[in-house]
Amino acid sequence: MANSTLSESLNVQDRSGSSSTMNTSIYRRRRLVNAFNMGASTLTMAFGLFWLFWILITLLQHGLSGINMQVFTQSTPPPGAQGGLANAIYGSLAMTLFGTLIGTPIGILAGIYLAEFGQRGWLAPATRFINDILLSAPSIVIGLFVYEVYVVSVGHFSGWAGSLALALLVIPVVVRTTENMLRLVPNTLREAAAALGAPQWKITLYVTLRSAKAGVLTGILLAIARISGETAPLLFTALNNQFFNSNMNQPMANLPIVIFQFAMSPYEDWHTLAWTGALLITLSVLTLNILARWMGSQKTQSH
Amino acid sequence: MADNNVKLQVKNLNFFYGNFHALKNINLDIAPRMVTAFIGPSGCGKSTLLRTFNRMYELYPGLRSEGEILLDGNNILGRDVDINLLRAKVGMVFQKPTPFPMSIYDNITFGVKLYEKLAKTEMDDRVEWALRKAALWDEVKDKLKQSGNSLSGGQQQRLCIARAVASRPEVLLLDEPTSALDPISTAHIEELIHELKEDYTIAIVTHNMQQAARVSDFTAYMYLGELVEFGETDNIFTAPKQKATEDYITGKFG
Amino acid sequence: MEKFSNNQQMQRQMLLDNIFRLSTRCFAFLVLALLVGILISLIIGAMPSLSRFGWSFLVDSDWDPVGQKFGALVPVFGTLATSVIALLIGVPVSFGIAVFLTELCPNVLKRPLGIAVELLAGIPSIIYGMWGLFVFAPLFADHVQPVLIDNLGDIPLIGLLFQGAPMGIGVFTAGLILAVMVIPFIASVMRDVFEVVPTMLKESAYGLGSTTWEVVRYVVLPYTKTGVVGGIMLGLGRALGETMAVTFVIGNSSRFAVGLFEPGQSISSALANEFAEATGEFHMASLIELGLILFFITFVVLACAKLLLLRLQKQEGKAS
Repeated sequence: MANSTLSESLNVQDRSGSSSTMNTSIYRRRRLVNAFNMGASTLTMAFGLFWLFWILITLLQHGLSGINMQVFTQSTPPPGAQGGLANAIYGSLAMTLFGTLIGTPIGILAGIYLAEFGQRGWLAPATRFINDILLSAPSIVIGLFVYEVYVVSVGHFSGWAGSLALALLVIPVVVRTTENMLRLVPNTLREAAAALGAPQWKITLYVTLRSAKAGVLTGILLAIARISGETAPLLFTALNNQFFNSNMNQPMANLPIVIFQFAMSPYEDWHTLAWTGALLITLSVLTLNILARWMGSQKTQSH
Repeated sequence: MADNNVKLQVKNLNFFYGNFHALKNINLDIAPRMVTAFIGPSGCGKSTLLRTFNRMYELYPGLRSEGEILLDGNNILGRDVDINLLRAKVGMVFQKPTPFPMSIYDNITFGVKLYEKLAKTEMDDRVEWALRKAALWDEVKDKLKQSGNSLSGGQQQRLCIARAVASRPEVLLLDEPTSALDPISTAHIEELIHELKEDYTIAIVTHNMQQAARVSDFTAYMYLGELVEFGETDNIFTAPKQKATEDYITGKFG
Repeated sequence: MEKFSNNQQMQRQMLLDNIFRLSTRCFAFLVLALLVGILISLIIGAMPSLSRFGWSFLVDSDWDPVGQKFGALVPVFGTLATSVIALLIGVPVSFGIAVFLTELCPNVLKRPLGIAVELLAGIPSIIYGMWGLFVFAPLFADHVQPVLIDNLGDIPLIGLLFQGAPMGIGVFTAGLILAVMVIPFIASVMRDVFEVVPTMLKESAYGLGSTTWEVVRYVVLPYTKTGVVGGIMLGLGRALGETMAVTFVIGNSSRFAVGLFEPGQSISSALANEFAEATGEFHMASLIELGLILFFITFVVLACAKLLLLRLQKQEGKAS
């Protein structure tokens, strides 16, 4: 319907002498191709959303029923017994906390170097390059590395080893966001501080870093979101522990590995606990993600 | 059905960016095979007006127009108008050269292939014809396979004109086509506009008043979304009827 | 007097400045050293296996902890096969999503849909794995696999790919789950590079009467091709190293098989399953060597991706 009026008028009013009659069959095919591809593009979007919702709905279905006080107060049970996930939740929180505490300062300082001192020389570009590779490096290899250098030398699995592995995953995320955010700080701000006679370290820590605070925090939140769901690097560092343990120097239970172990087991009540754990972990990771993005958008709006 | 001396007729055109009323009740006739220039200070709506002629604004949400624009008597703002066919009839050249990421030859044939199926020799002829029209043939005939980006800025803009001409539109819209070019390239393009008007109806937006005076037959002066004055270029520049137009042209304002 | 104290103050500040600069430099170096450290520690750990099996480790398909004889062919093949399947499914879908988000999506939906895609990236991989094992695999085994096996299994050559028992888990399922996991990564890189295409360039193509698809195909895609390839390789890097999702659904069999529905093993799933219980020096060393191979492959892929994206940045710099 759309093209009939105009293409008719085109043929009627075609300038005399010129042979530029529009080939309607070509145009019809092009429109078909366009409609097909745009339809396909819309379908792919639906395809992506479909998985997201399917997974979330399944999690709610299987996980919600298992949530009760027991989950938070009792430790993981042997098969057939009552129990909860308290030891795993505690272990996950502790290792995530220490992983973040170890990794964040290192990441921020390295990020400062890249943004503030990295204009010259070979170190900054090389570090930037390697950091981006570490950002997507297989986390299981990080676990292997910590096993090789730490677990083997102390002779046992431990919560510290797990924290260390997680810290190594935090570092590249924080380096990246810190550098990016510091680069967004206008140079005039640094110059204004320098004009007052402030030394470089004061300018960087009290002026530049402070004005990039929201962005850096966003990065830290994203890093926490990433490590709190990580399983692979904990497999041969923290291992697991059936009992409640607050000693970081011993093997430690944690949610991802408990989920892994319980889900792979043949016991029905272990499966229920695994789903509950999965729901808890997904909700917290997604909340962290949304929080981080919300903070990020606040930041961009205020500028 | 349509007046033979009017190619594009703008009737009671209003344009909105969301709530902002950008064009206010514009009425205007554009004569065939003439150059009509649109001048006025930045933000007066001259580019907006030009972009309604091929409905380029439809790419963006929240932009809408009211009123009529008749191309040979057919309202192009109508709901049932096929925008792609309209744009094939109304070519456009932009502020900056926009060669596509492909060879010079493919740049020219891009628009042609959309609507016509030509044999290789016919296509070669068309490319040569378009490049000659744009006074670029002699400079590029030996490097048609090179990327369009390898040309200088002025050459790139002439390539874009050749690309617009190649699909044989009826109207050419030029949106400040020389604003990114040096004086020599600008002179080239102005000459070209002179030659092109033998075959095409040309509407040009420019912020350079000398350019408007040099290249156009008719001039429209716009201010704050309104058409202040419209008439033959000679009259506008020598004896403007409106005080505002005179102030702008003589440089007292804007 | 005052001048003197000022001088002292200045010297202190300069010292502090130098300490500050040096310490940040130190930590930057630490990041660099981390990579080298990983490489060295893995090589040392893999030494027994490296020296005993040599290059034959790569082509040997035996994985026999009892006989202490190890070859990496099956896990390496599994890693590559699942990643290729993931890309075959994931790349077109990601492209479609990126096109939808940049060209078709109404403005009000852009942000929520963008966030939804990013949430898909945020779901921990263990959730994908568990969901794949308990929810997807049974459905797939009951409703899809039998149809495919019945209809395609008898075709010569191609049929080989579609044989095997309809168990739901296997190489194909792992690839599919991986695809869903890498889609958000690839789609968001593609969306970001599509958004840097100059508006005027797109308008020029529309101005000639192009359809949206033609603008994407002939202008946007050629303009952004390095970025697009970079994004795909980033996704590939993810897929190669992914552990938990694959471990759940690949079936964990060290027997060599080419069928899509056959159970298999990837490097990371072998590590996840066997490492903590590895018996004997060579078993452990062989697993570490697997890790080394994985690290090497992902390093090469990611480095290529990074170089491509860097080149794109340089071009952008030139254009502006």
